[in-house]
Amino acid sequence: MGNTSSMLTQYDIEEVQQHCNNAFSQQEIVSLYERFCQLDRNGGGFVSGEEFLSVPEFAVNPLSQRLLRMLDGLNFKEFVAFLSAFSPRATVQQKIEFIFKVYDSDGNGKVTFNDMLDVLHDLTGQFISEQQREVDLILEMPLFTDCKQVLTKVLEEAGYNKESLLIMSDFVKILGSSGLKMEVEVPVD
Amino acid sequence: MNSSEGKLKSSSSELDLDRPNIEDYLPSGSSIQEPHGKLRLRDLLDISPALTEAAGAIVDDSFTRCFKSNPSEPWNWNVYLFPLWCCGVVFRYLILFPMRALILTIGWIIFLSCFIPVHFLLKGNDNLRKKMERALVELICSFFVASWTGVVKYHGPRPSMRPKQVFVANHTSMIDFIILEQMTAFAVIMQKHPGWVGLLQSTILESVGCIWFNRSEAKDREIVTRKLREHSQGADNNPLLIFPEGTCVNNQYSVMFKKGAFELGCTVCPIAIKYNKIFVDAFWNSRKQSFTMHLLQLMTSWAVVCDVWYLEPQNLRPGETPIEFAERIRDIISVRAGLKKVPWDGYLKYSRPSPKHRERKQQSFAESVLRGVELEEK
Repeated sequence: MGNTSSMLTQYDIEEVQQHCNNAFSQQEIVSLYERFCQLDRNGGGFVSGEEFLSVPEFAVNPLSQRLLRMLDGLNFKEFVAFLSAFSPRATVQQKIEFIFKVYDSDGNGKVTFNDMLDVLHDLTGQFISEQQREVDLILEMPLFTDCKQVLTKVLEEAGYNKESLLIMSDFVKILGSSGLKMEVEVPVD
Repeated sequence: MNSSEGKLKSSSSELDLDRPNIEDYLPSGSSIQEPHGKLRLRDLLDISPALTEAAGAIVDDSFTRCFKSNPSEPWNWNVYLFPLWCCGVVFRYLILFPMRALILTIGWIIFLSCFIPVHFLLKGNDNLRKKMERALVELICSFFVASWTGVVKYHGPRPSMRPKQVFVANHTSMIDFIILEQMTAFAVIMQKHPGWVGLLQSTILESVGCIWFNRSEAKDREIVTRKLREHSQGADNNPLLIFPEGTCVNNQYSVMFKKGAFELGCTVCPIAIKYNKIFVDAFWNSRKQSFTMHLLQLMTSWAVVCDVWYLEPQNLRPGETPIEFAERIRDIISVRAGLKKVPWDGYLKYSRPSPKHRERKQQSFAESVLRGVELEEK
């Protein structure tokens, strides 16, 4: 473990703290820096996808690839900003913004049907298969056993449709009411 | 599906059989929120549990903690202590180190001048030759331990030579083997190393019956299992020593034990080893140091102080699977040596986790989505 917190000056810590809108305390930023250096094994100043995937708990997460796209190549300041949505001091708005960014893979501020479908596929793997089709013999209606149909139906019930482009305020409307629990504790020595 | 495993290959299916259910260890509660009742858009869009788990793993994870060497607190930080520390450095490097290197050299000379004749001249008289080679290996290990000023306290009854028993211990560094070997000439099963260590392995250690494996070869496992079984059945063979973690861990945690040692149909005798960190951190981080550098570091420290406990032999209980048996022994050793248990396979240092774990999470989420959809069909 090469780098210690002595590499971070007070000025650095304050700059990072400002960048993440005071989501973390100074002690937490020092801990995060130690962690960042621990993950950044080759000392390149950023943590590569491979280095993140060497953490088994991260690699088994169904959303790891999506998150890697957002994490790859971040320097320490950006790393802390990324994690700021998980701080207990972050607002619900900030957390919903983070979730929106995970869905909006092309970053154009609009979440399409395909974006949502991709995430659903990540979360369910091959366990809701596209080929599985059953027919309800009594009602003579196809049963919804496929991701696209589940998503379409649920969207329609919420007042949207397949062509809808969801923006940030839609997400706030949908997710804002539920108690969003998205917090991580930074271990401080 | 899992089209993106990256450059490291995911662990072979054989390694899967070694692992008990990780879900039993990881914090309960699925990482993917399971919707209750009718499925709503909110349930599908709310990915916060999975995200929280991912972020938690980024910030701190139990696997990386196992291999973290703890840097010692620098105490030489003021005007009075710094010269004292400098004196210490001078003493260690310029006085202790040459003395130790000398002791080690003398030890090697004595050893080789006895071992080589014994090995070649007593070829006919196998019994006597084996006895002498055993004694000589114990001798050279004692010299090694002396070269680090090793202070080892052994607790418990010394291992006896009996058939159908294997010894298992937690693993911190290759010096574990040397420390145990100076007391009893074990036949150990080790990863084949390159360089001078490999040379020692193939010549001297062969004579005590050591077995080699190669982590990177998949087929190797069957051959090694067979060799282990043959060795443990033989009455004349030196007692078998196995490090079931399969890799060096930092002496504060223990990773999952591989079940190979526990399905040989033998009594398993646990050994716990705990190093005293105040004197030196004996953890060999093979990613950071070669073994030679590790030994040099030990030889320029004050001392290597450790405790070795020979614990009560255990047998497989009726109805117990080898994996449960392995976990029970891991528990015994971890409690004795003050180690925290983690649910990870040590080999995850070298390969990715199997897709099975992710699939289990995906399956449970998929099932609850389908249930939520079905609920409205009725």
